[in-house]
Amino acid sequence: MNKQEIIEKINTALAEEFEIEISAITPEAPIKETLDLDSLSLVDMVALVETVSGVEIKGTDVVSIKTFENLYNFIEERMA
Amino acid sequence: MIMKKRVVITGMGIYSCLGKKLDTVRDSLYNGTSGIIFDRKRKDMGFRSGLTANIEIPDLKNVLSRNQRVYIPEQGLYAYVATAEALEQARLTQDYIDTHEVGLLYGNDSSAEAVMNSIDIMRDKKNTMLIGSGGIFKSMNSTVTMNLACIFKMKGINLTISGACASGSHAIGLGSLLIQWGLQDCIVCGGAQEVNPYSVGSFDGISAFSVREDAPAKASRPFDRDRDGLVPGGGAATVVIESYESALKRGAPILAEICGYGFSSNGDHISVPNVDGPSRSLQMAIREAGVNLRDVGYVNAHATSTPVGDRNEAKAIANVFGDYHPEVTSTKSMTGHEMWMAGASEVIYSMLMMKNDFIAPNINFENPDEDSAKLNIPSHRVDKHFDMFLSNSFGFGGTNSTLIVKNITNK
Repeated sequence: MNKQEIIEKINTALAEEFEIEISAITPEAPIKETLDLDSLSLVDMVALVETVSGVEIKGTDVVSIKTFENLYNFIEERMA
Repeated sequence: MIMKKRVVITGMGIYSCLGKKLDTVRDSLYNGTSGIIFDRKRKDMGFRSGLTANIEIPDLKNVLSRNQRVYIPEQGLYAYVATAEALEQARLTQDYIDTHEVGLLYGNDSSAEAVMNSIDIMRDKKNTMLIGSGGIFKSMNSTVTMNLACIFKMKGINLTISGACASGSHAIGLGSLLIQWGLQDCIVCGGAQEVNPYSVGSFDGISAFSVREDAPAKASRPFDRDRDGLVPGGGAATVVIESYESALKRGAPILAEICGYGFSSNGDHISVPNVDGPSRSLQMAIREAGVNLRDVGYVNAHATSTPVGDRNEAKAIANVFGDYHPEVTSTKSMTGHEMWMAGASEVIYSMLMMKNDFIAPNINFENPDEDSAKLNIPSHRVDKHFDMFLSNSFGFGGTNSTLIVKNITNK
């Protein structure tokens, strides 16, 4: 998968799981606010990303992933 | 000396195989409509019996947020719908709940499908994070009360009652005691039961279910000579109870009074009921209610359609009531056995009868056996006014609960 394919797949899965319009997901948008994540639903986001992309996000990595762009880059790096 | 407070019912809500709200359930009871079907999927899964209650899982996508729904298992969805209906009937507004200590006591004794789903992921993925955030909250036995308490923001007692097939009845009985002694003014009580096949596979495995698969509506036949086992059912039932003073002060509809709660344990076999335990539960309820036996106009039996259980309950009822023969029916003839929910749902079924002047038929009661012949069991609806009923609920391990409820008419 190239980066664009990853983005599309992740966005579709996140929009469906967290019941938001896919158009709300933009590279610069903050993940936590956009998906309405609390400490519990953050777990669901991480699990979903791993299920869709096969990339594991560890607790220490979650802290640095603020925006969707951060997330896409993180996944792309781990998949490379 | 502390004066015990009177405890009244001010709201009810139900989601069962007889209907998704009070009105439709009342009509099903009135018409003697069965909610039982044959489910081919269960046979494919290796079930001895493919019989089950027909119930649709409610879609609450536009009612609750994703972050609320993700923690709720199947029986919790039923409980939410039943509770919303009960709160509305009781005129318990969110503003009132926010500013008073409204309690929550609900019967539930399993969350099998949720536990299974979590463990399947653990075994398959070897990564607990992939279970997701809902797994723990859906899996715990207290899942119904933890979810409802958070959704409705309740601030009083918050507790699940696990008393096998008497759970819902004990929840109402114990709630009544808390109100009687002035520890709570208002408690949302009830019982919930999951219906998915996984939750009853082990029950099917001990040959407890009817195998009359060619005629599902005739399979649950409590007290009938040719009964061959129970049919699993489920859903949820909610009863709002409160002190008489609280109901008056709120201007709530006062529907009936819970005047007696009896309980006992058989101290005997894990699955085979006896006569002594249920008899003591009945006698305690009557003693606590301080009523004359002849004032009881209707008995809603626990009778599940199992050979031994029905026989022993018939003996217990006959022993306690002696030469007085009120109508006795088991609504499980229509609903199947609603287990953790049954004690609460059967109070509601009986309330709907009492409020609408009829006794629902014990459908499929075609021929009595030696013991049921001693009871007055109508197989057709009886149009009759009555002002008091007694409801029995018994469970595995020999737990017994009996409630006596008296009509109150707001004239």
